[in-house]
This record gives sequence, structure tokens and C-alpha cells, in this order.
Amino acid sequence: MAEMAIEDDVLVIGGGLAGATAALAAANAGTKRVRLVTYKQSTLRHASGLIDVLGYTPAGKGPLTDPFDALEELPHGHPYERVGIDAVRDALSFFDGIVGDAYAGGHTDRNALVPTHGGTVKPTARYPAATAPGLASDDRDALLVGVETLPDFDAPLAAAHLEAAGIPFDCRGVTLRFPGITRDDAKVTRYAHLLDRNESVSTPSGEAGAREALSTAVRDHFEGEPRVGFPAILGDERADDVRGDLADTLGADVFEVPMGPPSLPGIRLEELLYDALEAAGVRVTSGVPVVGYETGDRAGAGRRTERIDHVVVDRHGAEIPHRADQYVLATGGLVGKGIESDREGVAEPIFGCRVPHAEDRYDWFVDDVFGEQPYARFGLEPDRELRPLDADGEPEFANLRAAGAVLGGYDYAAEKSGAGVSIATGYVAGTRSAEVSE
Amino acid sequence: MSNTDRPTDEGVPDEQSRDDGEFEPIQVFPEAEEMDLRPGADDCYKCSTCDTNCPVAEVDDEFPGPKFQGPEQWRLKRQDDHDIDESVMKCSNCMRCDSACPSEVPLSQMHNTARGEYVEENMTKLSREYLRNRMLANYRRLAPLGAAFPRTANFVMGLSITKWLGEKTMGITSERELPAFATETFREWWRKRGGPAVHDENNRIAYFHGCYANYNTPEVAKALVRVYEQFGYEVLVPEQHCSGTPMFANGMLEDARRSAETNVRELAAAIDDGADVVASCSSCSMSIRQEYPELFDFEGTDEVATNTWDAVEYLRVHEDLEAALADASVDDGRFEEFAYHAPCHARNQGLDGQTIELLELIDGVEAHDVGDSCSGISGTYGWKEENYETSMKIGKEMFEHMADADATAGLTECPTCSMQMEHGTGYEITHTLEILEAALVGTNPTAEST
Repeated sequence: MAEMAIEDDVLVIGGGLAGATAALAAANAGTKRVRLVTYKQSTLRHASGLIDVLGYTPAGKGPLTDPFDALEELPHGHPYERVGIDAVRDALSFFDGIVGDAYAGGHTDRNALVPTHGGTVKPTARYPAATAPGLASDDRDALLVGVETLPDFDAPLAAAHLEAAGIPFDCRGVTLRFPGITRDDAKVTRYAHLLDRNESVSTPSGEAGAREALSTAVRDHFEGEPRVGFPAILGDERADDVRGDLADTLGADVFEVPMGPPSLPGIRLEELLYDALEAAGVRVTSGVPVVGYETGDRAGAGRRTERIDHVVVDRHGAEIPHRADQYVLATGGLVGKGIESDREGVAEPIFGCRVPHAEDRYDWFVDDVFGEQPYARFGLEPDRELRPLDADGEPEFANLRAAGAVLGGYDYAAEKSGAGVSIATGYVAGTRSAEVSE
Repeated sequence: MSNTDRPTDEGVPDEQSRDDGEFEPIQVFPEAEEMDLRPGADDCYKCSTCDTNCPVAEVDDEFPGPKFQGPEQWRLKRQDDHDIDESVMKCSNCMRCDSACPSEVPLSQMHNTARGEYVEENMTKLSREYLRNRMLANYRRLAPLGAAFPRTANFVMGLSITKWLGEKTMGITSERELPAFATETFREWWRKRGGPAVHDENNRIAYFHGCYANYNTPEVAKALVRVYEQFGYEVLVPEQHCSGTPMFANGMLEDARRSAETNVRELAAAIDDGADVVASCSSCSMSIRQEYPELFDFEGTDEVATNTWDAVEYLRVHEDLEAALADASVDDGRFEEFAYHAPCHARNQGLDGQTIELLELIDGVEAHDVGDSCSGISGTYGWKEENYETSMKIGKEMFEHMADADATAGLTECPTCSMQMEHGTGYEITHTLEILEAALVGTNPTAEST
């Protein structure tokens, strides 16, 4: 029996930062029906929650004070070069509008310096409000509080690292047992839940609310520092209340130090984005993959570039066609599996878009781990409106644009540009899709 | 494809390049296994995304989370002297970890097999826990007794002495009201009605109603029949057993296998007769679509899985349901405003947005999504005395969001989610098919309504 396609105007494939931004931008530009299809959970849960634009140049110069100065000089083919500096600025203001007070840093072009859980200082353009009182450029002394059962953040070591890096204040680290946490491998969501719900926990002086118990445990080590930093586990749904209560009982500013995966600031950003998607009327289909596509002859006679007619979503064996006028591919890079590699080659698995790479796989990497790794730049090569190009430099499809880490030509880990590229390219791909979809 | 015939390493070159002597795969683990879960363990890169999605690990200090239960425990088991950890019984089988994993590790399949092994090897067959779990898992075998004398059964089950006894002797929480049995089961109604009202061998569906719509909420099953007949379908109601969902969740894999064998045989026969299979319960469709091919390989398992659909999804893809709903209106106080909860097992099938998208087309009906939290009951899980508190802690977020929504009635597609929603809020809970019936067929369909 013939199956009817589920119809939308713009269909975004991929539910991470780039995909969510693209869907929101398309809806914002007036598209009637926008759908976002996402398979597994995005790499936002691996992410620090910081929004980097550019921390270092591709040649390794940095940390950069003003990323926008460096954007002018990026090499041909870098995603920022493709979309242009104005689009990066527009995209950042669009992001600022979505997240509102939950993020800070929009008041300046300059990078902020955020202490990380490893005791390094990271240049970044936007940071969660929860992290704001912790900036390294602030000269107030700080106490870092580590937790025995969260070994990723060794507070005394991080404090020593920060002091060695030349921060303009005294920094001290202590480690304590987290009241109410009984197992060594408790999940970050367990810590957050205890504090969100202020569950009753056992302390040496009897039962107490989790927030109060944590304050009491810190107070034993507290020497009147004006600010106290915790690993980023201070609540999820009610994070502002948790931080506020801790600050009140300690009499100090409280901030979070961004952590590695799995990351609550990443989870919170994801929640902000999905709330915004719901408010914007974007339809979200999650848990199922796009597994293929069909081209149509709607491109008009004589045009050599094909159009995608519909994509096929696999719902546990049932193949559901989804048709839209414009498509955005935001499936991530090698980690997010928007780009896949095996012994034979490197490929983009849904549409088979070209991923430039050396034929010999021993040329995909260099021996110096922190050297210029070719694989880190693997991805699609787009035109200026982000349509992936084939080997002849023609768009692979007339109505497909790509955003985020599925694009090549940049090394986000070395440059500290991952979130910025996702937002800028997502914004451009979504806005452009909306403009041409009528 | 069943896992029994899945290649162990997708990166292994084909036969030809192997003949060139370029690459010789090495068998790291010597034993040949019936079900090879090694690819799952190998694909896990320890990002812990599954752990942050686990509703149990968020509230229960005794549960080590899906990453341990799945890939890590599988590796530990390579040593002969390791038993499956008893904490596997704390997993509620919500399967949220499956759609969380960015690396396609088949977590729920690993949990199902580990739980089955734990129950088989480590749980005493005469223990209260085993007997209680076996009873809960085999609801379908008990329900006919209740359904035979529904009024007596409902009266007895409602007595506080019964509930007290249930908790003391069986470990079934006395906090919950046992679901009432219908005075007439769906299958009784179907037989009395004389089967399908529409006959069309080119346009057939086979209805997998499951246990709950048969014994407890036949109005849902009847709504399905009327809506499908309205679209001109001939409805078949094949013989069927429990889908197996509660058996997987209790590690009763042999019980599940027996039920699945019957279901696959009967549904495959219906498919041969030209039908597609539809289910009204999101856990039943989940089980047939995902768990059967992961765990069993009866003849026809894959065919049945590929041809099974959620009942609303099927109409959406095969009929112009959107146009029909856009022309429809409902003027009925019972169907005005709903707080909608998408069950975890519907989310896993990509159906999380479907209900809201469709209902917003109907004039006179408003449904508000209460977010993506788990209801916490997870089938039989929340019925166990020892899990009741955890279950309610998990459900708290949903209860709060339901209270915040502009509605005083609930809506969902999962029978046990609906029990939890009712238990936590006191709201009456409707199934989406009942609204489609009201919109497309009318609220007072003919004289056959009982």
C-alpha cells in the first residue's frame, strides 16, 4: 500500500546545538512547519555548556582576546569564512535571545576566561550564568570545593594549576564527602536531584536538607573567601534556587566549574533549546534515524543539481517517508557519527555527500597526538549558503544544507570553536532554508 | 536481523580482502555464544549519556545505572566466577538508555539478557520475590479469573484487607488501587458483535490489543475498531498472548519466549492474509518491534516486527488522517483539555510528538505536553512494595507538570503510565484512540456500545 509522507516545510536532521539552532532559525524566519528529527541524544551531553567562538587560531595562536579580529583571517573553507563575520554576530545575538539570562558574556566581543575542572583557563564567548562569578579575570579570591566521589575534579590540584597559570587572585582547593551520596559511582543527575529536591540526608549532626548539609560541610573549610566554586552538579531543573540557597547560607558568591562528560551544563543547555523549540512550534521526532532518501524530478527540466524529494525515517523497521521543501543536515562529526570512517574511507552516511580525505588511511593522522590532525578537519565542504559540494564544486543537492560538526575544514577541539560554528552555521542554514522555502 | 546472526565486527573486511591476507580477525573471547553482545560492549565509549537518562539512577542509591548493567557487566561476565549483580532487578526497563546512547549500544537487550540470567541462575524459585514477579509478569494468566467474575473481583481487590494481604504475603504495594476488570472483555464484545463490520481483503489490519485493552479498558479497543472501520479497514483480531513486556522486565525470558512464539505465529499468519499489525498499547508495539527481533528468532519474527505499527502512526502514514482531523470537531466535556504524557516506550519508537501534533488539528480538543520525564511506574515495577517509593519519586516531576498544565484530565497511550498518572493526580485518564473515535466516529456510536 502506498504510504503518505509526513509533510513539513523545513526538515532538520540532528538534534544537537547546530540542529536546534537551525530549526529555531527557520521557525523564526517565518517557516510554517519545521520538524527536527533526531536519532540518539546529541553530543551536548558531552559538552561543557560553554559557547566558544574562537579561542585559538588554526595556527595555534592564542588564547585570543577578541575572536572577531581573528575571524577576518581564517583560511578559505573554514565554516566561519563560508558564512561571514556578520552572520556569526547575528547568530550569537539570536542565541542570546533564546537563552536569555541563563547565559552571560553577550556584553562584549572579547573572550572570557573560564577556569575548567582541570585547572586550565579556557577562552570562551558565552558562559552559563552559574559559571559567571568564577571568571579568572575577576581578582577576588576563590575556594574550590571538590567531592571525593567526583574524581574528575581534584579541587586542590585545579587550584594549584590555576595559581601556576598566573591568575590574579588566591585560589584554594578542598575535598569533601558529598552529604547524601552513598555510592562511589553516583551519577551527576543523582547529585543534581538531591539538591533540586532538597532531599533529606543524614549528616553527623542529624537529618538535614541536602542544600543545608552541603553548606555545613563546606563551612568547616571556609575561610571567608568571597566566592566558592563547585563542580557543575548544582541542580538541574531548579539550579538557580540551589545556587541561591548555597550562596545565602555561605555568605559568598557560588559558581560552577564546567566538567567533562556527562555534563549538567550541557544537559541544561539542551533543555533550554528544546523548550525554545516547543515554544516556537517546531515538531520534534526523536529516537529514530533517517536511513535514506529519494530524489524527485521537481528540480525542473535541464537543472543538473538534484533535489531531495523525501527522506526515510526508520521507526523500528517501519520506513516512514518525511517530505519537506528544504533539508538541513546537522548530524555531527566523527563523535556524533554524522561522519563515519572505516578502513576503506570516510563518508557521510545518510546522503553520501563527499568528505574529502586522503586515500591512504595512514595519512589521516600524524604521530604527534596534539599535532595538526587531518582527521579532526574531516567533514563536508560547503558553498557560501552551506550546501555540501560534490567533487566538481557543484551542490550535491539543491535543497540540502549542512550545519555544525558535519562540516569540515576546522578543528574545533584545537581552536575552541565547536559551539560557535554550530550556532553560526545552524543559524545560516535554517534562515536560508526558510528564505527559499515557499 | 536477530543478534544470533549479526556479524561480530562490522569493520571486518569482506571475504575477498581477507583472502588477500591483509587483515586476520582475532577471536578475543574463545567461547561461542548463543547471543553475541560483544559488539554492544565494544561500541560503548563510556560517555555515560545513558546514565544521565536513567530515571532510576537519579533517585535510587542502590542502582548503578545502565552503563554498568549493560556493557560493563557483560565484560565482567567474561570471568567465570562473576554472577550477574542483583541490582539488575532495580532496572525498570523503561528503555530510555536505548535512545540515549550515541553509539547504538543495545542497552535494553543487554539488560534483558542479564536479568534473564540472574533470575535463572541466582533467584530462588521458591522465594516470595520470584513467585510475586512471576505472578505480576503473567498478568494475562490471572486476568481471565478476574474477568470471569469482574464485580466480585473488583470488590475483593478494593478491600483494604486484600491489599494488606497483598503487601504482606506477596510484596505488592498496598498504596495502589488494582485496576478494575471490565464487565465484558473486548474479545467477548467482539464475539457477540460477530467480528468485523467491514469486510475487505485488500484493506486489512490485525489488531494486537494486548491484555489491558481486553480485560480492563475494552473501550480503547472498541475505539480502535470503530476508527479503523470508519476508514474502511477490515479488522482481524487474531489469537494472542501477552506481548512479553512484563516478562522481560521480570527476567522471565522463558515465559516471554512462549508468548512470543504464539504471537509471532498468529500475527505472521495474519500478515500472510494481507494484514498489517497494529497495537494500541505503546509497550506492546515496542516489544514486538524491538525486543522480539533482539531476543528471539522464530520463523517470521523479523517479518512481524517490520509489519507492526502503533495504531495511530499507521493511520497517519496510510490515510490522510490530518485532513480528516482538521475537518473534525469534538463537543464533549470529557474531551476538552488534557495533560498529555508520552510514554517512554512511545518515545523510543519516535512517537513522542505524534499525539500533540494530531490533536491540535481537532477543533474542541486541547492537549498539553507535560514534558519528557518518565512516569516512574514502568509496568510491574512500581507495583512492587520495594519499588513503590522510587516509582513515586520518579513520577513526581510528571505529577507537578500535570498539575501545572491547564487541564484536569490526563492522556497517554500506555496502560501502566495511565495508572500512575491517575494514582499521582486523581485525574481520569483517556487513551488517544478514544479522542480519535469521538472526533471521527462520534461519541455515541450506534447501538452496539455497551
